[in-house]
Amino acid sequence: MSLDYRTLFEALRPEGALIIGALAVLGFDLSILRRLSESLRYRASLAVGAAAVVVAGCLACCGPYGPVFGGVLILDRLAVATRIGVLSLTLIALGTVASGQKLRHSAEYVAIMLFAASGLTLMAATQQLLVAFLALELASLSLYILAGFDKARPEAAEAGLKYFLFGGMAAAFLLFGFSLIYGLTGSVDLPEIAARLAAHAPGPLLMVALIMVLVAFGFKAAAAPFHLWAPDVYEGAATGSASFIASASKLAGITFFTRILWTGFYPVSGDASSLPLAPGWVPALAAVAGFSMLVGNFGALAQTNIRRLLAYSAISHSGALLLGVIAVGDFGVGPLFYYAFTYGIAVAGAFTVISVVEKSGPCQKITDLGGLFQRAPFLTGCLAIFTLSLAGIPPLAGFFGKFSVFASVLRLGGLGGPVGWLVVLAIALSAVALYYYLIVLKQALVTPAAQGATRIVVAPVAATTLALAAVLIVLLGLRPSLILSLF
Amino acid sequence: MNALPCTIYVSFTGALLALAVGGRSPTLARIVALASALTAWGIALFSAIHFVPDAAGPVTLVDAPWIPQMGIRYHLAADGISLTLVVLTGLAATAGILFSWNITERTGEFFAFFLALIGGVYGVFLSADAFLFFVFYEIAIVPKYFLIAIWGSTNREYGAMKLVLYSFAGSALVLAGLLWAYAAGGAHSFGVAELARVAVGFSHGQQVGMFALVFLGFAVLAGMFPFHTWAPTGHVAAPTAASMLLAGVVMKLGAYGCLRVAMPLFPLGFVFWQPMIAWLAVIGIIYAGLVALVQEDFKFVIGYSSVSHMGFVLLGLAAANARAVSGAVLQMFSHGVIAGLLFAVVGRMVYERTHTRKLAELRGMALYQRLPFAATVFVLAGLASMGMPGFSGFPAELTILIGTWQAAPWAAALAAVGVLIAAAFTLRVIQVSFFGQAAAGSAPLPPLPPITLPEKCGAALLLGATILVGLKPDLLLELIRPALQAPFFQAVLKGGAL
Repeated sequence: MSLDYRTLFEALRPEGALIIGALAVLGFDLSILRRLSESLRYRASLAVGAAAVVVAGCLACCGPYGPVFGGVLILDRLAVATRIGVLSLTLIALGTVASGQKLRHSAEYVAIMLFAASGLTLMAATQQLLVAFLALELASLSLYILAGFDKARPEAAEAGLKYFLFGGMAAAFLLFGFSLIYGLTGSVDLPEIAARLAAHAPGPLLMVALIMVLVAFGFKAAAAPFHLWAPDVYEGAATGSASFIASASKLAGITFFTRILWTGFYPVSGDASSLPLAPGWVPALAAVAGFSMLVGNFGALAQTNIRRLLAYSAISHSGALLLGVIAVGDFGVGPLFYYAFTYGIAVAGAFTVISVVEKSGPCQKITDLGGLFQRAPFLTGCLAIFTLSLAGIPPLAGFFGKFSVFASVLRLGGLGGPVGWLVVLAIALSAVALYYYLIVLKQALVTPAAQGATRIVVAPVAATTLALAAVLIVLLGLRPSLILSLF
Repeated sequence: MNALPCTIYVSFTGALLALAVGGRSPTLARIVALASALTAWGIALFSAIHFVPDAAGPVTLVDAPWIPQMGIRYHLAADGISLTLVVLTGLAATAGILFSWNITERTGEFFAFFLALIGGVYGVFLSADAFLFFVFYEIAIVPKYFLIAIWGSTNREYGAMKLVLYSFAGSALVLAGLLWAYAAGGAHSFGVAELARVAVGFSHGQQVGMFALVFLGFAVLAGMFPFHTWAPTGHVAAPTAASMLLAGVVMKLGAYGCLRVAMPLFPLGFVFWQPMIAWLAVIGIIYAGLVALVQEDFKFVIGYSSVSHMGFVLLGLAAANARAVSGAVLQMFSHGVIAGLLFAVVGRMVYERTHTRKLAELRGMALYQRLPFAATVFVLAGLASMGMPGFSGFPAELTILIGTWQAAPWAAALAAVGVLIAAAFTLRVIQVSFFGQAAAGSAPLPPLPPITLPEKCGAALLLGATILVGLKPDLLLELIRPALQAPFFQAVLKGGAL
C-alpha cells in the first residue's frame, strides 16, 4: 500500500477549494463586509461562494486519475463526472438562493452549502467504507442545517428536525451495516471486500448487513418506504436548500450507492432479471424501486402544494434511478449518470422558478402559479421546460434519461423477469406523471392571473441561472452524446 | 427531394418566430405562421411532384449519427406513403391557419403551439429510425394539450387532459413494445430496418406480445374502438384549427405508426391479431356511425364520424393486401381533408357566428339563407364524407372495400353498412343544421357576420383537394402503390384470406 500524500493532495484540491472558499466567505463577512449594507453582504458572500465553486470545478477537471492513496479514493470517469456535476448543481443552487428572498446570515448559509458540496464531491470519489461514511456525514450534517436554516419560519425548523431525525437514523443503520461488513470481511476497502465476499458463501449475517445498508440508502435517496421526510423537507426548507437537496445531493448519493454496491458488494448482487430470483441486493433494490415509483407517482396526484408535488415526483424519480443502478453492472454508468444529472438540473431549475415567484408573494400552493404567463413569460417558459423534462417529454433531457435507463435495464433480461416488469410499470406510470406535471403547467400557462397580481421582475442573476439550466436541459436533450461519450 | 426535412425545420422555426413576434403584433404572428405553413407545404408538394420512387424502400433524406452510444441515428426518409401524408399535413396546416385568422387572444402562442405540433407531425412522417419516430410522436403530444386547454370551448380542460393522457398512454405502450424488441433482439440500433432484422428471430409469443403493445399504442391515437373515446370529446373541446389538425392529421399519426412500424416489424404478431383488428375496425365503423346518428351537438356528429371513417383505415390495414392498404392510405388523405373541412364549417363558420352547436337551436336559424357559403361548403363536404363519386372519399372507401372483400367478404359487407349509416347521419345533420326553417311568425332573424376571405380561401383549398383527388385518385395512388411494393412491406402484405 503506497501512501502518496502528494497525489492525495492533488486529488482533494476541489474539496480544498470549497473549504477555503467557505472559510473565505465567513472571514470576509466577519471582517471587511461587516460595515457594508445587508444586501451588499448578501451579494458578496454569494459571489465568493460561486467563485469557489467554479474554481473547484476547474480543479476537478484536471486532477490525477485512478486509485489514490492506496485505493481510499478512486478518481475514475464516474467520480470526475459526478464531482463536476455536483459542482454545477451547486452553482445552480447558489443561483436559486440569489434569486429568492434574502436570508439572514447569508454568509453562514453559503459557507455551509460549500461544506455540503465538499462532502458530496468526496462521496463521489470514495472507495473505502470509513471515508465513505465520513463524506456522507459531512454532507448530511450540512444539509440538515441548510434545511432548517430559515429560522424565521416554523416549517423550516420542522423540516430541519425531521430531516435530521430520519437522516440520523439512516446514518446509524448505515454504520451498523458497515461494521457488520467489516466484521465479516475484515476490510474497509471496497475491492478487498468484494474479493472476500466472493470467496465465502453469503450467510444470514451478511444479509442483515446488506439490508441495513439498503435501508440507509433508501432514506438518503428518499425512496419509498423510507421517503416520509422528503415532502416535509421540500415544503419547509428554504428554496435554495430544497433545490440543493433535490439535485446535487441526489446525484452524489446515486454515485455513492452505485460505487458501494457494485464495487464492494458485487459478489452478492443476486439477480432479478429472470425468475426465480437469486437472493442479493439487486432484488431488494428492485422492490424498493418499484414501490417508490408507485408511491411517488400516486402520492403526487393528491398534492396541492407545488413543493410537496416536486417531493413526490422526486420519490418516483428515485425509484427510476435505483432501477438504473441495477443495470450499471452490465451496461455502465453512462445512462444512470445522465439521468441523475439532468434530473438534478430540471428540479433545481423548477425550484429556482419557485424562488423567483416567492419574491413577490407566496408560492406554496400549485394555484399560486396561476397566470404566471401573464406575470412573467420568461419564467413560464423556463418552468415549462423543467416540468416537461421531469415528465420525460422529448426533446428535453428528461426523456432521454428515462429512455436510456429503461433500455439498459430491459437489456438485462427482457420482459421475462421482475426488473423487466418494473420497466413496464415505470413506463406506464409516466402517463400518470404527465397528469400532475400538466396540472402544474395548466396553472402557469392556462389559468388567468388573479385580480391584482403584479408582474414579476426577474433579476439578472435569476435570469442567468434559469437560462443556464434551461439551455443545459435542451442541449443535453438534443445531444445526449455530450455526456454519454464521457463514459 | 432533399428539401423535405426543411418542412420540419421551417415549422419549428416558424413556431419560435410566431412566439417572438406575437407579443407585439398579432397580425405579424399570423403572417409568420401562414408563411411557414405555406413554405413547408410548398416543399412537400414540390417533392411529391418530383419524387422518384425507389423499389428498395424509402429514399433516405438525411442519415447522420445522433447518439452513437445507443446506435441511434438521425435518419429521415420518404416514400410515397409518407409523401402523401406530408402533403396532407401541409394542406391541413395551411387551411388550419387560415381558419384561425380570427384568434385574438394570445395569438403568437397559439400559432407557436400549432406550428410545433405541425413540426412534430412532419417529423413522424419522415422518420426512418424508431427512436426518432417516437421523439417526434411525443413532441406532437404536448402542444395539443395547450391548444385545447387555452383556446378551446366546451369542457376544454377535461377534453384536453383526456386526449393528452390517452395519446401519452398509447405512446407509453409503443415505447414499451419497441424497447422490448430492442432489448430482446440485442439490436444495435433503433433503425426500423435493424429492428425488423432482429424481429425475425423472435418467437411467436414474443411477436404476438410486441405487436399487441405497439399496435395498440398507435391504434389509440388512430381512434380504434373501444379506445376512441378521447377523440369526440377532444375534437369538440378543441378550437377549430386544432380540431382540423387532430382529426385531419394527428389521428393519421396513429394509423401511420400501425402501418409503418407495428405491422412490418412483427408480421407473425400481426397475423395473430388480424381478425381481432378487423372486427374492432368494423365495430368502430358501425358503432361510431350509429352514435353520430343520435348526437345533439353538431361538432360531436363530426367527431364520431371521424372515428367511423378512421375505422375504414384500420379495416384496410387489417385486410393486409396491397389494394386495401393503398386504399387505407388514400383514405387517410381523404379523411384528413374532409374532416378538416367539416370541422372548419362547424367550428369556425357556424359556431363563431351563431354561438351554438345544438342541432335543436340551429334548426330554427335557417342558416342556408343566412350563411349560404357555409351551407354550400358543408353540403359538398358532406357529400364527400358520404363517399359520393367525384370526391376523394369515394375512391378511398371503394378501394378499401374491394381490397377487404378479397380478404374477408364478411368484413367488407359489414363495412358497407357503415357507408349507409354515414350517409344517414350526414344527411340528417345537413338537413337539420342548415335547412331548418325559422318558426312561422317569428321576428326576422338578424344577419350574421359575413364569411371572411381567409375562410373562403381555406375552404377552397380543402374542397379543391378533395375534388381533385376524387376525380383523379391516381395522383396519389401512383405514389402509394410503389411504396407498398418495397420488400419491407412484403412480409406483411401477403394478401390471402383473413
